[in-house]
Amino acid sequence: MPWSEIGISLVKIALVLFLVLTLVAYLTLAERRISAFIQDRLGPNRVGPFGLLQPLADGLKLIFKEDIIPERANKILYVMAPAFSFITAIIALAVIPIGGGFSTSLFGLLKEPTFIKFQIADINVGLLYVFAIGSLSVYGVVLGGWASNSKYSLLGGLRSAAQMISYELPLGLSILGVVLIAGSLKLGDIVQAQAKLWFVFPQILGFLVFLVSSFAETNRLPFDLPEAEPEIVAGYHTEYSSMKFAMFFMAEYTHMIVASSLIVSLFLGGWYLLPYFGWFGIDIVKYWFLPPLVFIGKVFLILFLFIWVRWTLPRFRYDQIMNLGWKVLFPLAVINIIVTSAVIVFI
Amino acid sequence: MEDILFYIFAAASVAGALLVVTHNNPVVSVLSLVLTLFSTAVLFVFLLADFIAAIQILVYAGAIMVLFIFTVMYLNLRKEALAFDSKSVPIKFGILFVILIVVAYLSSLGFKRGLQITGEGTSTSTNFGTVEGVGEVLFTKYILPFELTSVLIVVAIIGVVAIAKRRFN
Repeated sequence: MPWSEIGISLVKIALVLFLVLTLVAYLTLAERRISAFIQDRLGPNRVGPFGLLQPLADGLKLIFKEDIIPERANKILYVMAPAFSFITAIIALAVIPIGGGFSTSLFGLLKEPTFIKFQIADINVGLLYVFAIGSLSVYGVVLGGWASNSKYSLLGGLRSAAQMISYELPLGLSILGVVLIAGSLKLGDIVQAQAKLWFVFPQILGFLVFLVSSFAETNRLPFDLPEAEPEIVAGYHTEYSSMKFAMFFMAEYTHMIVASSLIVSLFLGGWYLLPYFGWFGIDIVKYWFLPPLVFIGKVFLILFLFIWVRWTLPRFRYDQIMNLGWKVLFPLAVINIIVTSAVIVFI
Repeated sequence: MEDILFYIFAAASVAGALLVVTHNNPVVSVLSLVLTLFSTAVLFVFLLADFIAAIQILVYAGAIMVLFIFTVMYLNLRKEALAFDSKSVPIKFGILFVILIVVAYLSSLGFKRGLQITGEGTSTSTNFGTVEGVGEVLFTKYILPFELTSVLIVVAIIGVVAIAKRRFN
């Protein structure tokens, strides 16, 4: 691998980290503002114009809070858990393609023009990689709950693990229809297969199962049993304070971003503008900056949906969550696979 | 650069494996096993076996080890059960040593045989280790073992349900 390639990859990684961390900070503000509007309040609007500097103030506050480690906690694991949570959330973004790419010679720095993809790594097992990393994210939550040496934390951690294992199955099965149609696990190929028609139309059942399961995977309301306040205080992060608490928080919002970009690239046509006939003749090689804008716009819409649902629906009971996962979503996902493969083979 | 990364992850996997058997906290042991499995997956990537690497993390590190950690947390082992029995250490080390020597001898035999096989191996094909490559081989050359494995898994699942139901009644 030549050094220029490594350099370009590093720049991409830095860019994605910067963008995602900023987005996470402003998602917290968006969450509070939107919830305020839904509940007919104003929300935080004092710090800066429209409260735009509120995330900065929140960050400063969290840094200066006292960092408490419970006396009989397992110190190493207690410190590691939030970091693990956040890292497993953010490295899944490495394979998400936000656009086609463009050719450049970096202002004459390179000898011949190279094609730069809007994606950090285009690996053969792209989708499997996302799910593999996603399956590791259980550990952060479980360990945080266990290492705190507190009953509420342990209950939250166990609930979270049970919920994530249960919903990983429908989540993984619901995308198989998409993979069958696209014939590839590369996210770039899957998006390109949607140039004619978004997969949300032939895969409406898979889309619905994926959407509901990703709400459960991100531990968001109506599935936020791991941190249900009236029952178990704050669940797995009850004992955490200061930046460690903030990292759990950031992990949750990063999970939302990953889930949204997966929904967009698997079902909502990725960087294609229209549901039918993608760019209807606009030359996206020439206007290479348009696809990323479209992709990010769609991700914002799904993120808004996440926040909207949270402040609209009440919380499920624990047995209801398990019933929904195993007795409704799982069979639906299996039916979706059987129907899709039958259509592909026989028609 | 690949060499450096290889040595880092190889060392991590060995260190994790050692921690699994030496640490007296079962949760830490499970986590070390996760570290070992993850590092081994990275080594698979260096061998161009992307698919195996992803599946290794997805199935072993992500699914099976979560069940392990679940069990360990539920059991809530007491201090006495975990206490270190220092008298039996020399005997244990002796047994371990004998096993190590036998394994080393067998694997050296295996390597000699393996070298002869790889001469006509499939490693030259372009889609080696990718999803397409593995899938093609599984559904043509190894179709019988593949299907038999699925039967075995179904039997195991039915067995688990049967045993769980009997204890429930």
